[in-house]
Amino acid sequence: MNRLVLNKVVLTLSTISALIGIGFLFWILITLSYKGIASIQLSTFTNDLVEGGIRNLLVGQFTMALMATFIAVPLGVLAGIYLREYGENSRMTSIIRSLSDVMTSAPSIVIGVFVFALMVEPFGTYNGWAGVVALAIMMVPIIIGTTDNMLALVPKELREAGIALGGSKKQVIMQIVLKAAKVGVTTGILLSFARIIGETAPLLFTSANNQFFSMDLTDQFPSLTVSIYNLATYPDEASRELAWAASFILTAIVLFINLVGRYVTRHKQ
Amino acid sequence: MEKQDLKAVMDVKDLFFTYPGAPEPTLKKNNLTIYKNKITALIGPSGCGKSTLLRAMNRIHDLYPGAQYEGKIDLLNPETDKMENLLDLQKEDELIGLRQRVGMIFQKPTPFPMSIYDNVAYGLKLSGLKNKSELDGRVEKALKDAAIWKEAKDRLKESALGLSGGQQQRLCIARSVALKPEILLFDEPTSALDPISTGAIEELITELKKDITVAIVTHNMQQASRLSDYTTFMYLGDIIEFDETEKIFVNPSVKLTEEYITGRFG
Repeated sequence: MNRLVLNKVVLTLSTISALIGIGFLFWILITLSYKGIASIQLSTFTNDLVEGGIRNLLVGQFTMALMATFIAVPLGVLAGIYLREYGENSRMTSIIRSLSDVMTSAPSIVIGVFVFALMVEPFGTYNGWAGVVALAIMMVPIIIGTTDNMLALVPKELREAGIALGGSKKQVIMQIVLKAAKVGVTTGILLSFARIIGETAPLLFTSANNQFFSMDLTDQFPSLTVSIYNLATYPDEASRELAWAASFILTAIVLFINLVGRYVTRHKQ
Repeated sequence: MEKQDLKAVMDVKDLFFTYPGAPEPTLKKNNLTIYKNKITALIGPSGCGKSTLLRAMNRIHDLYPGAQYEGKIDLLNPETDKMENLLDLQKEDELIGLRQRVGMIFQKPTPFPMSIYDNVAYGLKLSGLKNKSELDGRVEKALKDAAIWKEAKDRLKESALGLSGGQQQRLCIARSVALKPEILLFDEPTSALDPISTGAIEELITELKKDITVAIVTHNMQQASRLSDYTTFMYLGDIIEFDETEKIFVNPSVKLTEEYITGRFG
């Protein structure tokens, strides 16, 4: 009898906890959708920030995120390959692996400050490249981690089979092992992209913001997230409405990328 | 033993092998001869060193740094007709050359994540073959030799991962046969397969010995007696007995061999 009562109590408590969690999530999403959708107009997408739209911000945010991806993907994937395929469980490997894990959870504002000291101070101006580098620094450890883990899932027999057919280690890794881990590695890249596309702190004092359309990464660069941060603090109604619209669009983008990532993992493995 | 028309292609002499970081050698003073166009079976209880010995024969151990060999493994050079110690090979391209001559089939089928055609063409391309029509011919021949052409010919461009386990294993054999190796090493090639697929693989191995010398590790005593011409019984890293298969199974000279074969231990 006691066991049955205990079972009921635990079940009730965990159900309530789950409902509270989900409740808040939906509250956020519903408020965001309600306020966001109401504030979206066609001009939101066609105008730049200076005219009350977010066109330049979207382009800017994606430009920086894509540039960061171009830098982070080769670095992260190659480092992951080093750790799993060449590291041989040495001391050096385990130190790099732990450091990379720590970096995954490093506060993004700290990365922002670091890049500020490295790439903004010396040049005396906020610039897009600094934002790109800060985002890339955030991506690299995530990509290292997933690449490392996905390569670990490839059976060692597959490597041995490649070697036994007269492949060199390099050829077997690049042509067989990486191919076998392709889906996992790609998902890792997608998820790291989803992680950085919504980041504000690394951009706040690296690329800062720009009200006008710009493709010049050596100067202040337009950013959606930094704009949301700024707009939300302005007193006028129009700015705050634009902040809601931008927040909704950003959430939709992040959600979409995450869903694509999940879909790819589930259906292509 | 009658050895008139027997030609040794591989000669293992006083071989000791130690795994990276292991305090003691796993193989202790192994001596074994592999004869041309014969099937040699390696049997013995789990952990006796039979796979370790097989994996020394194409130096696949060297994938994991720190493996130590002592002694000799002589391999017949078909061009000069002389024996050369394969443990002397040091450079990566020398080892690559060795593995093209001494191929290996693993316990679990290991199709690469690419098309059936590309699986077979992979080793050929690595060896420098580029001509498309020559590649096509060699792939077809290999698939026919491995008795999988009928099942595979209409789906050459499809992923090899869609084949059944038995078909995958035959594809892996085709992949190795395509390189025209002198010796093929089989490491328990049927232990992950159903009886029908096992039968097909055994038939295939018997066919192959016309052109290729075979060494096979097996847990299955019937398989060893059905397939092989010579049998080696190993125990705790030692080679206990090596003789013609018939002799080993009918009238072994060592008591331990008899006990293992009759199932009293192992």
